[in-house]
Amino acid sequence: MEKPFAITLDVGSSLANKTGSWRTERAVYTDRLPPCNHGCPAGENIQQWLYDAEEGGEGYERAWRQIMLDNPFPAIMGRVCYHPCETACNRAELDEAVGINSVERFLGDEGIGQGWTVEAPPGRTGKRVLIVGAGPSGLSAAYFLARMGHEVTIREAGPMAGGMMRFGIPKYRLPRDVLDAEVQRILDLGVELELDSKVEDVVEAGRDGEFDATFLAIGAQVGKRAYIPAGSAAHMLDAVSMLHDMETGEKPLLGRRVAIYGGGNTAMDAARTARRLGAEEAVVVYRRTREQMPAHETEVEEAEEEGVMMRWLSTIKQAGDGRLVLEKMELDESGFPQPTGEFDELESDALVLALGQECDLSLVEAADDIEVEDGVVAVGPDMMTGRPGVFAGGDMVPAERSVTIAIGHGKKAARNIDGYLRGEPFVHPPVPEIATFETLNPWYYADAPRTHRPKLDAVRRQDSFDEVVVGFDESNALFEARRCMSCGNCFSCDNCFGVCPDNAVLKLDDPNERYRIDLDFCKGCGICVAECPSGAIQMFPEQI
Amino acid sequence: MAEQQIKGYQTGTFVVGNRLLDPEQRSTQARTERSNTLTSGHRACQGCGEALGARYTLDAAMRATDGNLVACNATGCLEVFSTPYPESSWQLPWVHSLFGNAPAVAAGVAAALKAKGREDIRVVGQAGDGGTVDIGFGCLSGMFERNDDVLFVCYDNEGYMNTGVQRSGATPPAARTANTKPVGPEPGNVFGQGKNVPMIAMAHEIPYVATATVAEPRDLERKVERAMELRGARYIHVFVPCPLGWGAASKDTIRLARLVKETGVFPVFAAEDGEVTEVSKIRRHVPVTEYLKLQRRYAHLFKPEVNTEVIERLQAGADRNIRRFDLLATDEGADFPGEATDQAGELHDESGTPPAPDADSNTTMLLKETHGNPR
Repeated sequence: MEKPFAITLDVGSSLANKTGSWRTERAVYTDRLPPCNHGCPAGENIQQWLYDAEEGGEGYERAWRQIMLDNPFPAIMGRVCYHPCETACNRAELDEAVGINSVERFLGDEGIGQGWTVEAPPGRTGKRVLIVGAGPSGLSAAYFLARMGHEVTIREAGPMAGGMMRFGIPKYRLPRDVLDAEVQRILDLGVELELDSKVEDVVEAGRDGEFDATFLAIGAQVGKRAYIPAGSAAHMLDAVSMLHDMETGEKPLLGRRVAIYGGGNTAMDAARTARRLGAEEAVVVYRRTREQMPAHETEVEEAEEEGVMMRWLSTIKQAGDGRLVLEKMELDESGFPQPTGEFDELESDALVLALGQECDLSLVEAADDIEVEDGVVAVGPDMMTGRPGVFAGGDMVPAERSVTIAIGHGKKAARNIDGYLRGEPFVHPPVPEIATFETLNPWYYADAPRTHRPKLDAVRRQDSFDEVVVGFDESNALFEARRCMSCGNCFSCDNCFGVCPDNAVLKLDDPNERYRIDLDFCKGCGICVAECPSGAIQMFPEQI
Repeated sequence: MAEQQIKGYQTGTFVVGNRLLDPEQRSTQARTERSNTLTSGHRACQGCGEALGARYTLDAAMRATDGNLVACNATGCLEVFSTPYPESSWQLPWVHSLFGNAPAVAAGVAAALKAKGREDIRVVGQAGDGGTVDIGFGCLSGMFERNDDVLFVCYDNEGYMNTGVQRSGATPPAARTANTKPVGPEPGNVFGQGKNVPMIAMAHEIPYVATATVAEPRDLERKVERAMELRGARYIHVFVPCPLGWGAASKDTIRLARLVKETGVFPVFAAEDGEVTEVSKIRRHVPVTEYLKLQRRYAHLFKPEVNTEVIERLQAGADRNIRRFDLLATDEGADFPGEATDQAGELHDESGTPPAPDADSNTTMLLKETHGNPR
């Protein structure tokens, strides 16, 4: 080609200059573990389902299916879970934690309303698993095992499925149509449920080889007793039986003034139920302070809103006809309550004991290889008892007791039972590092104060068992989902693509690989890492 | 802050893109089909703010003009790192002549296009702060007073970086450069010198003057689009951090550009026909030290001991900008000034209402004190 005067070379593009050779560090897309996921006892991938829900519309079903991979009860969770995810949420450092529980309830209710279902795989393994107890843990294990292709039979001693979700949690927190719908979805997977069929002896149940594995999840329904000298006319009952009777038998007669002894969630449920049954005064007596109460803060708040009264730092010394003798306590230096010798009286027609629950472990008595310690069954990290093929979970094993933890046990046991049945022990995939607030660039998140769920009027909460907490409609559920900061995980904001001075971030429009660093030109400046809102890119030294 | 009008979208429009937005509402930089006017392989330092600013500006101008664009470049980093003979990083018609004549060359190109009846092809002149504030200043003022149909863009990195970090008329007080007392007991540029070209441009009463930073590409893109809607002389002053010349970490380029606005050190605004028409409010107000301490050119203010006197003077300058341009939002920290905080209504933008700048809540008329130096 003829060139102009003094020009000897053709025009070239700078693309020939591979500036990637300057680099000493390389940016890599990573997924850190969001604190919500880390905090979830059921191991839900919360960040992922909020990501799906953020899109609205068809995203809701994807979000619901994502929850269903880890937890068969989104609508129940959205009501009764104590949401440790929200306690862990990084957004609290910015304004307030994301209302994860509210969004979960919205998705769960959508699932029921739209009739979304999940299916068991067509290929069956032919293995049979016996589950003892149809509470949250047993139902959860049944669900996951059925979705893995195993045949599952649940034997339940009681007349209805649900366990503590039905016989422990009052209707005003968990309406029974919601519970029934989510239980039915599990049974629709082909899970066999035998009601009124108590398993008396685990050794006997496994004798004829009908089942290849057993999961014990009988819960803890025996109310703990405390020795309280009582007159013959004193009316005492335990909270577990009282709440149980609400579902099955006669409504308990409590009288005008009711005292509840204990400071846990069951005590709150019993006090709130007493109010609804017509008690003008429901007084919770607890030997420590409010701060030390094991009951969840929202339960205490809601109880107080409903007129439940509290007597802190008090023990019951004596129960008589229509009155209790209380002894005042004070905290010693180590925070333990000590008696003061000062006494007080409290008028009360009935005393409800809510001092915790124990397990009836008679079914494992004959199995020498199943170890019982402190009233619960010992299990290994794989949820298996000392007896090969017999697993246990929920309230009957050593752990904190909540519906969500029980569901998590069911899932963990199912994975390990599956591994046991296939002869390949389940290995948990490696857990990435946690996405702490320091790994984020919070500048980018729009100010968006949290939306709280409205509650039923306090007046109506005193005489009806209508649900107290009202759910979100679509617009505020969507708003709340979009408050998620997607900690540690890419949410396709295009910042990396935009901020690279070298056009060395490629946008691929592929859901599996949204962006890629063009190593031919990346100079390793680190701007994409610094400006990633969610901390989903990290720098690693190049091997030079 | 029209960039933050879209609400309830997790990051709103603070990020470059946002998968939750309609494609039409996404920024130019979020588009795979963006022009990449300054393509890969250029030799700018790691984390160069000027390379980023030039691509943001020219990609937006290319989109606004359907690719009918010519760029005229002054000498400087941008010219040197993009065109070592025979390579070029430019993916648009681009011409370089001298250090001091870029506004005149651009005016000439515009005149030639007019003579040929091709006024559909638009002209951008561009230079660093040296080529704008100092060496090309006479040509620039001429281009302004003749109201030539050119958008002139200054990428301000506050010094002559290409030749080894010397002081320019845009170097801020107290900043250390190679020739502002680099050593000695009181290093750094003196107070009371330098000039503010955006204000000088406004004094020419040209159709459009705006400032922007590389931390807010959407704001910059919108200003470029507005400039391309108008004819006549237009000027955009883009703040572009220089990791090399400022002694800052390369990863902090955008952070510095964000902090310079959030401290009030660099006011971000736009003016039409000599009057300020909009001001970007500070979102999270921070003291100037947050900005200064990331840069080694200010290290002498912090060691061996903290020079509170100089820091207070710099803070006073930032406070003066805040006062003069009314940079603080009435409700500090609010993303949506003037909006009720009713959550239920916040999602309704989704229905497709385009984000319209709200004249009452987002703009501030600045009728007084339009002359003078905000530094």
